[in-house]
Amino acid sequence: MDVLVYLIPASLFLGILGLAAFFWALKARQFDDPEGDSHRILTDDYDDTPKG
Amino acid sequence: MSLSEVPHPAGGCPACVAAPAAEEIAAKALTPGPQTIQLSLPTIHCAACISAVERGLARAPGVREARVNLTLKRVRIEAETGVTPEALIGRLDAIGYEAHELDSDALAATESDAVSRDLMMRLAVAFFANMNVMLLSVAVWSGAEDATRDLFHWISAAITIPTVIFSGQPFYRSAMKSLRGGRLNMDVPISLAIILAVALSLWETSLSGHHAYFDAALSLTFFLLLGRYLDQRTRASARSAAQELAALEVPRAVQIIGGTETSVRVSDLSPGDTILVRPGARVPVDGRVVSGTSEIDRSLMTGESLPVFSGPDTPVHAGEINLTGPLTVRVEAAGQGTALHRIADLVAVAESGRANYNSLADRAAHAYAPVVHLMALAAFLAWMWISGGDMRLSLNIAVATLIITCPCAMGLAVPAVTTAASGKLYRRGLLIKSGTALERLAEVDTVVFDKTGTLTMGLPQPQDLGDLPTRDVQVALALAAGSAHPLARALAGAGDAAGLRPARVTDVSEVPGYGVEGTWDGTRVRLGRADWVGATPVPATATYLGIGGRAPQAIRFVDTVRPGAETAIAAFHQAGARILLVSGDTQAAVASFAAQIGIDEVVAEATPEDKAALVSGLSEAGRHVLMVGDGLNDTAALSAAHVSISPATALDAARVASDIVFLGKDFAPLGDALTTANSARKRIKENFAISTVYNVVAVPIALLGFATPLAAALAMSLSSITVSLNAMRLR
Repeated sequence: MDVLVYLIPASLFLGILGLAAFFWALKARQFDDPEGDSHRILTDDYDDTPKG
Repeated sequence: MSLSEVPHPAGGCPACVAAPAAEEIAAKALTPGPQTIQLSLPTIHCAACISAVERGLARAPGVREARVNLTLKRVRIEAETGVTPEALIGRLDAIGYEAHELDSDALAATESDAVSRDLMMRLAVAFFANMNVMLLSVAVWSGAEDATRDLFHWISAAITIPTVIFSGQPFYRSAMKSLRGGRLNMDVPISLAIILAVALSLWETSLSGHHAYFDAALSLTFFLLLGRYLDQRTRASARSAAQELAALEVPRAVQIIGGTETSVRVSDLSPGDTILVRPGARVPVDGRVVSGTSEIDRSLMTGESLPVFSGPDTPVHAGEINLTGPLTVRVEAAGQGTALHRIADLVAVAESGRANYNSLADRAAHAYAPVVHLMALAAFLAWMWISGGDMRLSLNIAVATLIITCPCAMGLAVPAVTTAASGKLYRRGLLIKSGTALERLAEVDTVVFDKTGTLTMGLPQPQDLGDLPTRDVQVALALAAGSAHPLARALAGAGDAAGLRPARVTDVSEVPGYGVEGTWDGTRVRLGRADWVGATPVPATATYLGIGGRAPQAIRFVDTVRPGAETAIAAFHQAGARILLVSGDTQAAVASFAAQIGIDEVVAEATPEDKAALVSGLSEAGRHVLMVGDGLNDTAALSAAHVSISPATALDAARVASDIVFLGKDFAPLGDALTTANSARKRIKENFAISTVYNVVAVPIALLGFATPLAAALAMSLSSITVSLNAMRLR
């Protein structure tokens, strides 16, 4: 069971990494237009300014 | 857009990072223009719409960047100075998109909607902690023992305590507020359950106990935050809708300063200033005409369908529309001081009375919160007595009871349904301004419609043109072509549609405020107001044609029916509602219109007071009235009704007074709104029933002391998921 000493901190670290990524996305305003973004992926236009 | 948000020009290429010049160029291309224009686009819905709007706007001269936000149905344009919103709206209109200008100042408040982002952050932390603690708990449930179990409990505690402190704040704050006010709301048992569960688990862990409720405390926080977040999102979109509408009518006026015309904001005007009101424009202030003659359309203010004459020294009011000639007006009151705003204020007062409506959620919370506390306390006392003073056992059972009875599913029951319902209606162009509007709409059994501007489009169509001699009609068409008056335009349009060619009329000139005159075959011909042409007025919307010395003829007009109106009325009929048509127009006009559209009960020639009295009379008789109207003359009735709907073309005051506003022209979604409201109400009640059933099953188990953390976690998750899934079944 000694392996838990590494595994638990490692899994917590990975989880925190995911949380940090979410915070970054939130701060970068990636949740401002979810509906528009889901449609934009279908257009052929080159998006010069991917964020609004 | 700030510079930090400028995308990196070429991915991860190191040379680009080394060459800041490239970034600078990219940044320059995106520098915000000297002005930002925001337009509301109620009809966009697809990927093709985004491209069409953005490309169409990008081609307009002076536009630097256009970016559509489909979620908010809005486009934000960075443009050079000198680009007017009107020009851009015209451009969008040409490619088939309805657009309205939004006031950027009023929108600033919505954009920094920090509350929703804050809740999302807390939700994410709760989710992260919940998942990790759940994994550790699975190990404990599957039989981890002794030191391993204690270690897992301590790690869980280390994750849970900071999370509960951070993520639970919205509940603690609301609970404190309600306790200080001497009341109990749902947040009191929630906060108590979270805090007690964590405290007890910490105590158990320190004694190397078997049961710790860290995962339960976290799931409780997570699910309830989710409900809170959904609720906040619905209310935020409703609030932004209200703000958006307040912003719809951009107050701008043409001021005359020393003989030159300048465009200014209405808020910058003060009494004594002189402004110019162009034909076709809305009068922005209360004032008195200095020079010029014209006709004024007061239908939105009073319901009068006939335009009235206005010349020097006649008073004009904000909200009226100037029809034919330019008017110079001396300002007597602007902005907050105008008649329009005073009425809006009155409506706000009337509306606060309706805020007392007791929603289903309020009633449930009121009945439920005391029961939760009493039950947990009773469990504690009973087990203290049974076990002969075993504090640890009694507290364990009390906390298990508190966690199981905690209104977890109830916290989700209403927000999940209202979010699904308002999202559905928003896509059909209906904005739900008030949180309880859907519940109230589901109770409606009587519908009162206004006629002009609501069931009709406010677009007149000439009636029985065929009864007049063709040559006379041709003369009328020739004269009508010389004016921008709505009746003249309608006449010209109808002539085109009928394939009639205008007669050769020379010297056509418009006499603002009166009509158009010209010469045909050497005789003087006139088209315009009855007194000017020399006719006896008929009791209907009409214009008069005078040819030489012959008796003048009246050309009557009827309004076009709003598309989808019949569908909506049929839907209300099917729902078994009593339908009334109330209008300020004449008996004959209203009755014939009602027969055409399928309404039996008619009240004509009603003043604004009559309308309000009718609605409150019906309410006193125990009926739940839905009022649909658009004019200022309807606002009192709109506020008096149980629930009210107005079109986006209505005046600010009417929109402020109503609970639901529909964008777009078609009325058909109104029937859907009723279906959705009924369906939503049914789902909310079902959700409450599900939560209750779950409590009835789980509470005895908890009270008897058989509840384990595993059972609590399972039951809590299952009930929350069932409730959310049920909400999604909404039609």
